[in-house]
Amino acid sequence: MFVNVTLTHFLTLSALLMVLGVVGIVLNRKNVIVILMCLELMLLAVNINFVAFSSFMNDIGGQIFTFFILTVAAAEIAIGLAILTLFFRNRGSVAVDSADLMKG
Amino acid sequence: MLPDLLFFMFASVLLLGGVGVVAARNPMYCVLCLILSFLNAAGLFMLLGAEFLSLLIIMVYVGAIAVMFLFVVMTVDIDFAVLKEGFASYLPVGLLMALVLALELGAAAWAGLFTGFSSTASLPVDTSVTNIEAIGMVLFTNYILPFQGAALILLIAMVGAIVLAHRTRDGVKRQDITKQLQRGRKEGLVMTSPKSGAGVGKPHWQPNKVEK
Repeated sequence: MFVNVTLTHFLTLSALLMVLGVVGIVLNRKNVIVILMCLELMLLAVNINFVAFSSFMNDIGGQIFTFFILTVAAAEIAIGLAILTLFFRNRGSVAVDSADLMKG
Repeated sequence: MLPDLLFFMFASVLLLGGVGVVAARNPMYCVLCLILSFLNAAGLFMLLGAEFLSLLIIMVYVGAIAVMFLFVVMTVDIDFAVLKEGFASYLPVGLLMALVLALELGAAAWAGLFTGFSSTASLPVDTSVTNIEAIGMVLFTNYILPFQGAALILLIAMVGAIVLAHRTRDGVKRQDITKQLQRGRKEGLVMTSPKSGAGVGKPHWQPNKVEK
């Protein structure tokens, strides 16, 4: 098992990953594909948190929740990419700015 | 000592992959960096003793989600360089947001928000069985309803994705069972008597033309 690595190390790692995901959404705010990927990064950060707590506190519940997050992430990406291909077929672009049909 | 070393290795490559996802110019490299991140997260999970989830991450994220991303990136035919414009102008805002978020998280940690948990586990790990067995024993008893809900979510996602992405194109020959069943002897069969020795180079007969 770990000698010096504690729960804090994992929480710091997950916090850094979460910040990275948020920054990625801000920086790539034109490209929907990269935004979806940054969402995945943030979900991964949450998963690391859950599993780290589960392991360090000897509670299996965290791993169960990671399982459910994984399910929802897969469903979300399937729907998101389907919408994306549909959007590209109709508008010929995946830029966030081109989704302005509802603008008056 | 080795697990510690492995933790720092996996963690650093994981963050490196994350930076790659955010900063890469070509979305293809973004997806590959994402795969790198997921693989290292799987390594971390393995270190933490969550073997089932570690392999599940590789199967679901790398095997399904990343491949789906790759598929879409390759299918969508656009100039990604145009979408990367304004990256530098958003950089100050992004860094500011990162700073604020990091400060918030740091302040919360400093204030002791993340320490002093009660150490009583509501679902204690049964150390006498393997990880996957322990998960199964909880998942199929305490969490059976959420488990069914997850199955329902996956079904809805599958149906929704098919309905959204499906389209009928012109010029595609499709099976029409009614038409097939209505086909009679008149259209399908020709009685002919080819001349002996004439060979089959020239067709002796044409299929009957049926008025529509």
